[in-house]
Amino acid sequence: MERKEWPLWEVFVRSRNGLDHKHCGSVHAPDAKLALQVARDVYTRRQEGVSIWVVQADHIVASDPDAKPELFDPAEDKIYRHPTFYQLPDEVNHM
Amino acid sequence: MYTQALDIPQQNVDKAPRAVENPAYQAEFDAKIDAGGYIEAKDWMPEAYRKTLVRQISQHAHSEIVGMLPEGNWITRAPTLKRKAILLAKVQDEGGHGLYLYAAAETLGVSRDELLDALHTGKAKYSSIFNYPTLTWADIGVIGWLVDGAAIMNQIPLCKCSYGPYARAMVRICKEESFHQRQGYDLLLAMMKGTDEQREMVQDAVNRWWWPSIMMFGPHDKDSPNSAQSSRWGIKRISNDDLRQKFIDATVEQAKVLGVTMPDPELKWNAERGHHDYGAIDWDEFWNVVNGHGQGNVDRLAARVKAWEDGAWVREAALEHERKRAAREHRAA
Repeated sequence: MERKEWPLWEVFVRSRNGLDHKHCGSVHAPDAKLALQVARDVYTRRQEGVSIWVVQADHIVASDPDAKPELFDPAEDKIYRHPTFYQLPDEVNHM
Repeated sequence: MYTQALDIPQQNVDKAPRAVENPAYQAEFDAKIDAGGYIEAKDWMPEAYRKTLVRQISQHAHSEIVGMLPEGNWITRAPTLKRKAILLAKVQDEGGHGLYLYAAAETLGVSRDELLDALHTGKAKYSSIFNYPTLTWADIGVIGWLVDGAAIMNQIPLCKCSYGPYARAMVRICKEESFHQRQGYDLLLAMMKGTDEQREMVQDAVNRWWWPSIMMFGPHDKDSPNSAQSSRWGIKRISNDDLRQKFIDATVEQAKVLGVTMPDPELKWNAERGHHDYGAIDWDEFWNVVNGHGQGNVDRLAARVKAWEDGAWVREAALEHERKRAAREHRAA
């Protein structure tokens, strides 16, 4: 069947230089050029950004929510990776 | 925006939540909700939760884009260039709000075309407030002040609703909505400083929009069958009647400053309750408009369908253009 709906694009906006691009929503557009144009109109009407990325939604590979435990739990018991794990003498504890 | 009657039942929606499909997932879901956490798009969720959200978010999105119609009518008739630029920006915002919300609804596994089709065929509801006509320029101000004001009251709690994509869309919407309310009030202040005729126009618009505005909070709590479930799910945080009372209390002072009166002789401060009392709401009229009786409904839907159909060739041509470009690129490679 012929696809009639414009593809979905995810939109990422850098709010100002020095900050990361951050996901802010999605738009439908027939091609990359119009996706940028639509993203500008929909997500930056009030100077919310200085740079936009758009990427077609089906090009994004996402982790499986069901895999959360095996992906992220192993880090839970590695508290020695955090600086606060190390209790130093008071005189030098600001290190 | 304009969420009203978020818990108005719609055809084809399961009345009772379906049996739990997976008790372990359900327990995890319940725990997340109870801890005030967020559910994200790919997370497991009960089917009834998903359906409720699709219905509510799409009703909300439909209300935004239908809401463009009564105000859009006034763009060419705005009295000054300044007011015209403001109204254009506001109507563009309403379109933007609709788009944020459709995008949020799509994360639940429905397509935008499906949602629009439900609107155009009359299967989905939108806020009945837009079925009232905008007769004079004062209506544009009163819509901003009262209708958008009521919408803000309704929407602020939604910024903390349990479904992440909806909550994030609402944060964005609420920020912009404040402009809508303030520009409306500002417009009315300007008219109140004008001629007697202009002041009468403002009072007349207030008389016509007051009751529909306070109906936007939906039925009284005792008649709101879906509220308990929505509260349990963290979709609804404050009850219809509590929000309505908050709105009325806030608005009375604003009316005084503006120099208008509300068309409700029973509206008065009750020191014992610490709130304003108000008269009985005519729910027959509310349900009549919600259920689509009246010229407004017919006109609004016809305008929507016409815009959609007249734009079909543009949507198709743009897709075809991209298909050809991709094919050319493929051949060249």
